[in-house]
Amino acid sequence: MDLKLKVWRQSGPDEAGGFVAYDAKEISPDMSFLEMLDVVNERILEEGGDPIAFDHDCREGICGSCGMMIDGVPHGPKSMTTVCQLHMRSFRDGDQLTLEPWRASSFPVLKDLYVDRTPFDRIIAAGGYISVRTGSADEANAEPIRKKDADAAFDAAACIGCGACVAACPNASAMLFTSAKVAHLAHLPQGQTERYTRVLDMVETHDTEGFGNCTNHGACQNACPKGISVDYIAQLNRDLFRATVTTAADPVGS
Amino acid sequence: MRRVVNLYRSSVGKKILMALSGLILFGFIVGHMTGNLKVLQGCEPAVAGDHAAGLSVASQTCAIDTYAEFLREVGYPAVPHGAALWGFRVLLLGAIGVHASAAFQLWSRARAARTQGYGTSKDISFTYASRTMRWGGVILLLYVFYHIAHFTTGQAHSDFIAGGVYHNYVVGFQSPLILLVYLVANAALCLHLFHGLWSATQTLGANHPKYNHLRRPVATLLSLVIFVGFMTPPVLVFAGVIS
Ligand code: SF4
Ligand code: FES
Repeated sequence: MDLKLKVWRQSGPDEAGGFVAYDAKEISPDMSFLEMLDVVNERILEEGGDPIAFDHDCREGICGSCGMMIDGVPHGPKSMTTVCQLHMRSFRDGDQLTLEPWRASSFPVLKDLYVDRTPFDRIIAAGGYISVRTGSADEANAEPIRKKDADAAFDAAACIGCGACVAACPNASAMLFTSAKVAHLAHLPQGQTERYTRVLDMVETHDTEGFGNCTNHGACQNACPKGISVDYIAQLNRDLFRATVTTAADPVGS
Repeated sequence: MRRVVNLYRSSVGKKILMALSGLILFGFIVGHMTGNLKVLQGCEPAVAGDHAAGLSVASQTCAIDTYAEFLREVGYPAVPHGAALWGFRVLLLGAIGVHASAAFQLWSRARAARTQGYGTSKDISFTYASRTMRWGGVILLLYVFYHIAHFTTGQAHSDFIAGGVYHNYVVGFQSPLILLVYLVANAALCLHLFHGLWSATQTLGANHPKYNHLRRPVATLLSLVIFVGFMTPPVLVFAGVIS
């Protein structure tokens, strides 16, 4: 199949960028979207050009490195699918596609389709940890966890930190990501010690990193390749409120 | 206390203020709509047998006029005439102020969070309504100014009689243009509530796996009840059923 691409090219964080048209010719429908870009890049290299930069690592939908806007939708048209797991059979011969990086002031473009997502790392660092006894590991079954809680924690933990939620959000808010990280630990007994300080610290970091605020559009949930639900945002709001008006987040003995 | 200040400063705190002030305003809307339905009860002629057209207000007692008078007298004699009404107006004004200023702050935050927009973007929000909240809110605010000048203070009314609520109402809605204005405003209100009511449960963390699936239908139902409740009497006036 042959496609026409309109790709955002930007040589560096402080350079001006713009769209450049490329032909993607003789593409196999069995290729992944990133393999298609690899082919386009090979040809650009053959002609002595600068290949299109995009972030990727595992190419099996678990690391969260990849991601770009395809025709205005994060990770492209297929729901619950990262762009590395998206195959060219999802498109038709002759399609014209616009490829853009995530757009958020907190995610500056490093090059072309490649953005800097380190603000996510700082949100995690603000509260994504638990207090455990070091040394020999606990017996795995010593602490029973209700199936319901284990499932809720697991669903939240499925977040791969790709940033599609921010890209899709009309407010460029990272609340879905933050709520997944907060809820993941809030559902487990191991996460209780820091439960309320965690939510305060992570939301504060979310805000100081310059992400927008959630106004419940729900675009994030629809964009998320891991199906993280906005119910986790409601849960974050509840925990944040509780942390504010009760002594739950106070240090012991104060 | 420091945490409360932080919550206010945080993006979530602004949303909580948005939700709480919105709920106050929703409470008012429900009361206002129920009050308006008193128009359907019509009037009793004060002088027996006097059914002629063009009655002066004094010669008949209308259910809604009595109701409006009652609103002015709520709490009397414990509080002076009209004091409770004014207290309530101040509360509403406060709620609108909080709602609008939180909206403005959230809007400017969101603007700063994405300075460079997309070349191509597709709206994948849950509903269309959520994308109309900001402009819809501005439209509603402008409408409220007009509405007060029309039915409360009377400058925008062609034949305004102070205290003659029924008269003002019926005369007002005989014009197709005015009916249209109210139709558009109420449709905007309906859309605003449809997202706002659902959104408030989300913001206040009032969600539970058992009831989550009910939130959308309940928000839809409530916003439709408000729309139908507000629009029924004017349409009946326009159709000549109420005169
Ligand atoms: S919540 Fe979903 S869209 Fe957002 S970072 Fe995590 S996996 Fe990606
Ligand atoms: S490259 Fe790892 S998720 Fe796509």
